[in-house]
Amino acid sequence: MTSDITELGVAAIRDGVTQGEFTAVEAAQAFNARVAAAKPLNTFITETPEQAIEQAKAVDETRAAGKPLGKMAGVPIGMKDLFCTKGVQAAAASHILEGFTPPYESTVSGKLWDAGATMLGKLNMDQFAMGSSNETSHFGNVISPWRAKGSNKDFVPGGSSGGSSSAIAARLCPAATGTDTGGSIRQPAAFTGITGIKPTYGRCSRWGIIAFASSLDQAGAMAHDVKDCAIMLEAMAGFDPKDSTSLDEPVPDWEAALSGDLKGKRVGIAKEYHMDGMDAEIEALWDKGRDMLADAGAEIVDISLPHTKYALPAYYIIAPAEASSNLARYDGVRYGQRELPEGAGLQDMYAATRAAGFGDEVKRRIMIGTYVLSAGFYDAYYTQAQKVRTLIKRDFEQAWEKCDVILAPTTPTAAFSPGEQSDNPIAMYLNDVFAVPASMAGLPAMSVPAGINKDGLPLGLQIVGKPLDEQGVLNAGLAIEERAGFTAKPEEWW
Amino acid sequence: MSVDIETVKKIARLSRIAVSDAEAEALLPELNNILGWVEQLGEVDVSGVEPTAAVIPNRLRLREDEVTHGDRREDVLSNAPAREDGFFGVPKVIE
Repeated sequence: MTSDITELGVAAIRDGVTQGEFTAVEAAQAFNARVAAAKPLNTFITETPEQAIEQAKAVDETRAAGKPLGKMAGVPIGMKDLFCTKGVQAAAASHILEGFTPPYESTVSGKLWDAGATMLGKLNMDQFAMGSSNETSHFGNVISPWRAKGSNKDFVPGGSSGGSSSAIAARLCPAATGTDTGGSIRQPAAFTGITGIKPTYGRCSRWGIIAFASSLDQAGAMAHDVKDCAIMLEAMAGFDPKDSTSLDEPVPDWEAALSGDLKGKRVGIAKEYHMDGMDAEIEALWDKGRDMLADAGAEIVDISLPHTKYALPAYYIIAPAEASSNLARYDGVRYGQRELPEGAGLQDMYAATRAAGFGDEVKRRIMIGTYVLSAGFYDAYYTQAQKVRTLIKRDFEQAWEKCDVILAPTTPTAAFSPGEQSDNPIAMYLNDVFAVPASMAGLPAMSVPAGINKDGLPLGLQIVGKPLDEQGVLNAGLAIEERAGFTAKPEEWW
Repeated sequence: MSVDIETVKKIARLSRIAVSDAEAEALLPELNNILGWVEQLGEVDVSGVEPTAAVIPNRLRLREDEVTHGDRREDVLSNAPAREDGFFGVPKVIE
């Protein structure tokens, strides 16, 4: 049995451990070995095989003592490097935080350990979660396990949660945490043929997650299928008094209420998501998704989200503005790296530390954010963007009068190769054109693998739901999963 | 609106990021491309629209006015690049 554990998902591992088919230690050992043998993918910044074993022993002891086990009992997971983990480096894939060892645990990671999950290590990502291809990490690019038919060319795993998506697709872990500010869970999930959900803003505590754009940042679950995401998200979510934007709402039993029967549900198709020059395969996949949801019993309705095209430019004002403020804390004084040129004063030290510690994309966003918040430009840029955000949110509120969930593509294209888009920031930003509107409105949204393109690369469909209706999103996702029959796996070349 | 090289250097100063003249030159078209692209927001009619304050309705909470943590100097200083006598160490700031 032990040799097959890495083929299993969250539910199967939890059930196997709970029923005594194998131990949590065996599960940890099996995945530790997978992780150790997958260096070419560069998915992990820090591997923590001993911690996985220690945590697994505790789960096995709990079971032996006849005590109840948690929702994630014995499930080995990867933890995005954005999460503070006590005693284990949290660098946000940056140089400036290299060596930072948090003396505390983030709320979300702590809840996962409490639920019985075990940590395989810290996953690579785009630096400070800024990027859509995992080409901005200080610790090197993450490579997707997927390859096109008959080709040895590398592909990106998406971003920013690309270490998470690549590791799951390669079966180095059955699930991983992700964070989504403007698509950073859904886009990498779509690129790698896995499932990922971003809950309603406020469902998961932001406490102990290294901040990028606080009004947008949400943690979420990434795994092989919808049920696994539901289980993991349940373990992660919940009110936290340490996060002032945490929602004081009970966490439903999403797993128990999963149902792919959509009778009585209305699925909205927004005409504004038909973009000029859209990939024909994406368009066809979207049509197939509509048919799948109709087959599940849903009524398909046309809706309009008139301000869709403004979501991305508004995001690229608001997110950098918040980032410029959040990242002001990296000053070389309290934590992280310090650069102190000979004879430098305090101000010179700040500037030298930040010049040496931040990557190019991070610097670009800090500077854009600083500019749009600066005297004389604040209203023209930042206030205007926040007003447009209100209109984007209003578009969704009006759509909910006609439908219960919205179906859209997750990404405008399949995965691309490293270097293909890195010279043009705006081309890179457009990866998130379908993902950002839901982020701007704080809505729950997920990506489900739904097909393969002509080159053999995975494609995803996105479901967006009403505030707090993760169940509706998961159920529509399940209806697609049950009909898409997505069984493709990357062939092991690494 | 597009920025000039002096503005790029000023933004870098405000951002506390040291940039060389060559880096500022390289940043100039990059920042202008992005700023040119976000400019399309100007065409949206936002008259009478309030800027977003919170995406999901929430209320600010107050907690009891009591000490919830503290006495963790060692933890607080444990990641400091330089420390002296229980304080963060920085270059001399007073001449």
